[in-house]
Amino acid sequence: MTMSARGTLVIDIDKCKGCELCIAACPPDVLTMSATVNETGYRYPELHDGCTGCTACQLVCPDHVFEVYRFDRSRAKPGT
Amino acid sequence: MTTQNIEIVPTGAPPQRPATKVADASPSLMLGEHSLCPGCGEPVALRILLETLQELDIVQRSIGVVGHGCYGSFVRIMDIDVLQCLHGRAPSCATGIKRMRPDTAVFTMQGDGDMVNEGLQEVIHTAARGENVTAILLNNGVFGDTGGQQTATTVLGQRTKTSIDGRDAEQHGHPIPIADIIARMDGVGYVARGAVGTAGGVLRTKKMIRTAFEAQLAGEGFSLVEILTMCPTGWFVTAPQGPDYLAESMEQVYPLGDLHPRGSAAPHGAGR
Repeated sequence: MTMSARGTLVIDIDKCKGCELCIAACPPDVLTMSATVNETGYRYPELHDGCTGCTACQLVCPDHVFEVYRFDRSRAKPGT
Repeated sequence: MTTQNIEIVPTGAPPQRPATKVADASPSLMLGEHSLCPGCGEPVALRILLETLQELDIVQRSIGVVGHGCYGSFVRIMDIDVLQCLHGRAPSCATGIKRMRPDTAVFTMQGDGDMVNEGLQEVIHTAARGENVTAILLNNGVFGDTGGQQTATTVLGQRTKTSIDGRDAEQHGHPIPIADIIARMDGVGYVARGAVGTAGGVLRTKKMIRTAFEAQLAGEGFSLVEILTMCPTGWFVTAPQGPDYLAESMEQVYPLGDLHPRGSAAPHGAGR
């Protein structure tokens, strides 16, 4: 594993309606749809390593499920 | 996607490592969840509108005037003073509010069916009077709320419930490019057209909304931001196909960008 995430997300999966707009919008291509469904029966996005915290998913999401964080850079390089 | 077998990052709670939140899920002015279809562009437009009001610090003096459409359900969840008026009449009601309360920031939220079909004359007369209000047009080319019928902005060839073989100019007439028409009028302070199909498009559209409110606050006259939004349900496409369909059909007919930048005179220059 050589990827290192500069950011991460909090995903409110139960608000998701499974439109998949975030999957295409993600520049590092680290979101995929789940195999299981949420409480309303929709598949939802799952995050893999490599998030940059760019907020593209949050910008396009109609259901407002993404909270975006960027890791503080004052510490040793993440992923090492 | 090749990362299918790679471990999933936990996203149920904020990260344990020191991190800074750079984006909230929804603005604090939104009080709950909306009930619109998966892949709809209107909630995205609502979010950037509310964020803009907060960033300009005009929430306390903002008054929204909302027409009829799917977005009408937003009045229940937006923490802003709102008047919901008859179909297409939002610009006229906004005129009355602004004239009585010139210190307020008044905006309308209307769909294409509301503004261009039901209330075409209200918006044109409001623009011609140079009323100092901001109109937000959510254009998806269908009457989404009533089941997906063709509107005046449906592009040629687009399939809707009432033009199932595609809009045909001979039978259904041509689409009305309302923002382009209003951009040519005197009394107008700012007109632009954005789209919310891509992340970059959302950011550019947000800047347009901000510019429109700045024009209103500076007393420059009528401002209009047309926002092309996805309606996968009304377009007979899947939700992930919405942005591509938007780019291939509507954006070809309704080009994006500033149509009447701030400070510019109308093309024919009369009265300026």
